[in-house]
Amino acid sequence: MSRIAAKFAALRQEGRGALVTYLQAFDPDRETYRAILHGLPAAGADVIEVGVPFTDPMADGPSIQKAGQRALKAGATAAGVLDLVRSLRTLDDTTPVVLMGYYNPILTYGVEAFCKDAATAGADGLIIVDVPPEEADEVEPHATANGLDLIRLIAPTTDEARLPKVLAATTGFIYYVAITGITGTRSADYASMAPTIANLKRHTDLPVAIGFGIRSPAQAAEAAQAADGAVVGTALVDTLAASLDSEGRAGPDTVKNVLGQVSGLAQAVRAARKVAA
Amino acid sequence: MNKPLPNSLRQGPDGRGRFGEFGGRFVAETLMPLILEVEAAYEASKKDAAFQAEWRRLLTHYVGRPSPLWYAERLTTHLRKKAAPGKGAKVYFKRDELNHTGAHKINAVLGQILLAKKMGKTRIIAETGAGQHGVATATACALMDLPCVVYMGATDVERQQPNVFRMKLLGAQIVPVTSGAATLKDAMNEGLRDWVANVHDTYYCIGTVAGPHPYPAMVRDFQSVIGTEARAQMLEAEGRLPDVLVAAVGGGSNAMGLFYPFLDDKDVAMVGVEAAGRGLDTHEHAAALSRGRPGVLHGNRTYLLQDGDGQITEAHSISAGLDYPGVGPEHSWLHEIGRVQYVGATDDEALEAFQLCSRQEGIIPALEPAHALAHVIKAAPEMPADSIMLMNLCGRGDKDIFTVAKHLGENI
Repeated sequence: MSRIAAKFAALRQEGRGALVTYLQAFDPDRETYRAILHGLPAAGADVIEVGVPFTDPMADGPSIQKAGQRALKAGATAAGVLDLVRSLRTLDDTTPVVLMGYYNPILTYGVEAFCKDAATAGADGLIIVDVPPEEADEVEPHATANGLDLIRLIAPTTDEARLPKVLAATTGFIYYVAITGITGTRSADYASMAPTIANLKRHTDLPVAIGFGIRSPAQAAEAAQAADGAVVGTALVDTLAASLDSEGRAGPDTVKNVLGQVSGLAQAVRAARKVAA
Repeated sequence: MNKPLPNSLRQGPDGRGRFGEFGGRFVAETLMPLILEVEAAYEASKKDAAFQAEWRRLLTHYVGRPSPLWYAERLTTHLRKKAAPGKGAKVYFKRDELNHTGAHKINAVLGQILLAKKMGKTRIIAETGAGQHGVATATACALMDLPCVVYMGATDVERQQPNVFRMKLLGAQIVPVTSGAATLKDAMNEGLRDWVANVHDTYYCIGTVAGPHPYPAMVRDFQSVIGTEARAQMLEAEGRLPDVLVAAVGGGSNAMGLFYPFLDDKDVAMVGVEAAGRGLDTHEHAAALSRGRPGVLHGNRTYLLQDGDGQITEAHSISAGLDYPGVGPEHSWLHEIGRVQYVGATDDEALEAFQLCSRQEGIIPALEPAHALAHVIKAAPEMPADSIMLMNLCGRGDKDIFTVAKHLGENI
């Protein structure tokens, strides 16, 4: 069983949802990010999304755009990101790692080589924001051959007619986008999403994580309860950004503040037990 | 028995929006349903006689089409002075700078805004570089009573002040974009972000033959009015087709518009002129085809300026309209199959052409077609005197006089 499937199965046994965290690799620099990454499992991250920086993140809001600029300035490359994943795997062999980014850096690396190297480094899945199912045929065979899940976003705009097509192209888990919009701009009423998620689940057995706009422990708990997990990204990136000096360099509290926030989110998610079905 | 397909270069894109391997629909899931909706609406509009008639009516009575075909006789004579005996092609201009709003952009904007109305969209967004597409979109929105938001790089807002003010007068809201180099690429990112957030009521009016399918095909189809007219006008004026077509290429809409109706005319050569900025062998140019390699950005696979890690690099050109690190996917395909030759013209060459055209023909061109003209100046004297070059003079230079004055050290 893949790490992703095993993790969601274990959490189902526990009767709770997953906390999925997103930060961008190399933000604000490689070693600070490495310290955060290594600390995430103990802080309570159940699934770790590692952002692969790109100059033109079209689906991301200002916070994550700036994170990408810091990361690229710090020398981020796809190979460098995979090295960080490899270093996490010397310490942790159970927490799933999902690489999230845009297609062009992967295309440049070589899709086949990237999938192979990502799997070897210990990654478990890919979210390639700008590769919809219609364009997935050049990625899917290589991801599958290397045991990488292709996690897909399902948006409020994904209608019933389109849903089966997207679901059929998804493995690992489904990332339900709670708002129509870019990351970190607006929040939704996550507690009210249970019917939407239930409807989604009529079409799939995959776990569903809700993301976009989740900032507070309470929101994370609501989302994790309404679905199988809550994704928190921009709120963590903002905490990281607030700890930097005026030059964008890590401050003394950068690692501590980010991991502290993850702990707070994790506690709330863990306390939000699911009502037995 | 299946009828064999005619051997045509005008059948693209395929069902996936591809021209060869280029094009496609590389967008986030949130946009995907809307892209499909735009495609369906566009396909329907092609067969909708009322839609086509309304677009044609606007082109005739609002834009002022057909634009004239002008034999640039003084320029031709001037260039022959430098040519060897028996050399020096006849130079013609397709004068799309005479369109209402001063450039070819309005052709595709009117088509798209009519489409948006038909789709029931009530808000229009656009990106702009030089401001010509922004002005055209703001104009169409004023005419059709739709709110209009234009994303424009802060750098371009600075260097294209006259167009910024024009857009304001037309009632558009201009949003300066400060991310990246604050030019066209960043404006397009911001346009796509707005669209993702406002899919329910908003139509994104893209200004060039790039972006996700169906935009490259749709904008090309609307702009093809340029080439279709030029072809008929040339047959009437000269009784034959031109030997060479020349057009500037940023995203490539004016070039596709001119080239497309001629693609199957084997004896008509075509040259696309990219902005070579400070030189093709410097890092400051916008020549995606000459110096880039294929990648994926803004919804399509195409030639891009990028570094060894697949990060997009900044383009440079004196012309804000050519200052883009990508190019339309159909151009990438035409480049790979060798149907169109892509060359560069530098900032300095464009400036020189800008001035020459003003003095020889009494036409102040935009800096974008000044790049095309720079190639005409180089190539026409090498061609036989009985050959014909047709250049798309796709925009007028009013918007550029401040930029040009600055480069010439004039204070206005």
